[in-house]
Amino acid sequence: MHWEVVWRNLDYFLWGAYPDGPLGGLAVSILLAVLGIFGAFWLGLAAGLMRLSRRLWIKAPAVVYIEVIRGIPILMLIFWFYFLAPILFNETLPEFTSALTAFIIFTGAYVGEIVRAGVQALPRGQMEAARGQGLSHVQAMSYVILPQALRNMIPSFVNQFVSLTKDTSLAYIIGVNELTRTATQVNNRTLNAPTEIFITIAVMYFIVCYVLTSTSRRLEKHLSRYQARDR
Amino acid sequence: MAVIEVRNLNKWYGDFHVLQNIDETVEKGEVLVICGPSGSGKSTFIRCINRLEEFQKGSVHFCGKDIHARDVDVNSLRAEIGIVFQQFNLYPHLTVLKNVILAPTKVRKTPKGEAEDLALMLLERVGIQNQAHKYPAELSGGQQQRVAIARALAMRPQVMLFDEPTSALDPEMINEVLNVMKDLAREGMTMLCVTHEMGFAREVADRVIFMDGGQKIEEAPPHEFFSNPKSERTQLFLKEIL
Ligand SMILES: Nc1ncnc2c1ncn2[C@@H]1O[C@H](COP(=O)(O)OP(=O)(O)OP(=O)(O)O)[C@@H](O)[C@H]1O
Ligand SMILES: [Mg+2]
Repeated sequence: MHWEVVWRNLDYFLWGAYPDGPLGGLAVSILLAVLGIFGAFWLGLAAGLMRLSRRLWIKAPAVVYIEVIRGIPILMLIFWFYFLAPILFNETLPEFTSALTAFIIFTGAYVGEIVRAGVQALPRGQMEAARGQGLSHVQAMSYVILPQALRNMIPSFVNQFVSLTKDTSLAYIIGVNELTRTATQVNNRTLNAPTEIFITIAVMYFIVCYVLTSTSRRLEKHLSRYQARDR
Repeated sequence: MAVIEVRNLNKWYGDFHVLQNIDETVEKGEVLVICGPSGSGKSTFIRCINRLEEFQKGSVHFCGKDIHARDVDVNSLRAEIGIVFQQFNLYPHLTVLKNVILAPTKVRKTPKGEAEDLALMLLERVGIQNQAHKYPAELSGGQQQRVAIARALAMRPQVMLFDEPTSALDPEMINEVLNVMKDLAREGMTMLCVTHEMGFAREVADRVIFMDGGQKIEEAPPHEFFSNPKSERTQLFLKEIL
């Protein structure tokens, strides 16, 4: 075994050539995932709430967006943004930006469905009580519906975000210097330790996803105290 | 001026004529009890008054103003009309106190401290002063419904709508809620109550109406309603529930 190959390149796996060169490796994967999660959350929240609207001109764009995106493989989206952006905007997007945009738009569609289902799963009486007291639709959503629905959605969100974290490895295909790509680079250079290298990056992905799930489990427990007392 | 004036109210769900030519006037301080078999349209009727349901024909006036007038804002209308539901519908993620102050602070923009003072006073009035910081799920059904009443009163409404407020309660908790409602009635609150609690109706109602199949079949002061119901359907209904 050639674990020294892994050992010598560990900092390269973790943050690429930084600070002498560009950031890379796991740091870029995490950056993609975190920015992707952040963007997808807000996009999905908007899409999910729009889809719940009774007004067709609000609802229709959300339905189209969610249904179309859910029918397309994420790899197509990544290619699409990479190859079509120059045609559309007359300008190449940096690889990182194309990949991030693809991840946000892809995950946003799934988050949108989670939001819709989460809001619909609440008893109708909650909205009726809030509106019946004179709260506007937006107020009722912000103070009554979403605080409850978002808590219930945490497990589904986390599933989605764990998938996204793993999917960041696909950014390698357009040349984003994230963990999978740094691993391939090192492997091509050394040639004698593919097993060790790919075991190492698998463990790294696992640790990141594990931290994500266990943090969310704690968060969920913390936020749902009021439900635990429910009889 | 009547607080609520319903004229020739008609509502359909598709082909189903759920409310048929309902007329009703409720004066300030009056207590109206609405009873009738399941599916007769009682809930639909009172929910038309605060526009939780819309209707196709007829009109409802609140304090002399058509609730569908262009310059009537539906949220301001609802702020003046308290409603209490069969299933309480408290906000489970908020403490009792926060349940009560939510609408006053957000809709009326009452300062938080002032809203809390009023909330604590109302909670005391419904007998829950010691539970202000608990969550709804920690309270019994009767306590939850009393919180729901306090929550509605916190908006200082002109009229209160009750939709079977005791139907989801265990028998031993019904009276604690009815007592709060009786106190309210005696203090002069204008109330429309869908209920089958005939003791309550006898004690505090000014009028009782009986609905069946979307129609108002009978209307009378309680003593007359119970001792001398005119329609056969009312007689049958009373026989069943008394
Ligand atoms: N959204 C709806 N769509 C179609 N029909 C409805 C709808 N809501 C209520 N109905 C029907 O309208 C009728 C009246 O309902 P409503 O809830 O007003 O009755 P109710 O007198 O309050 O009965 P209960 O004592 O069971 O509460 C019922 O037959 C019901 O099935
Ligand atoms: Mg009903």
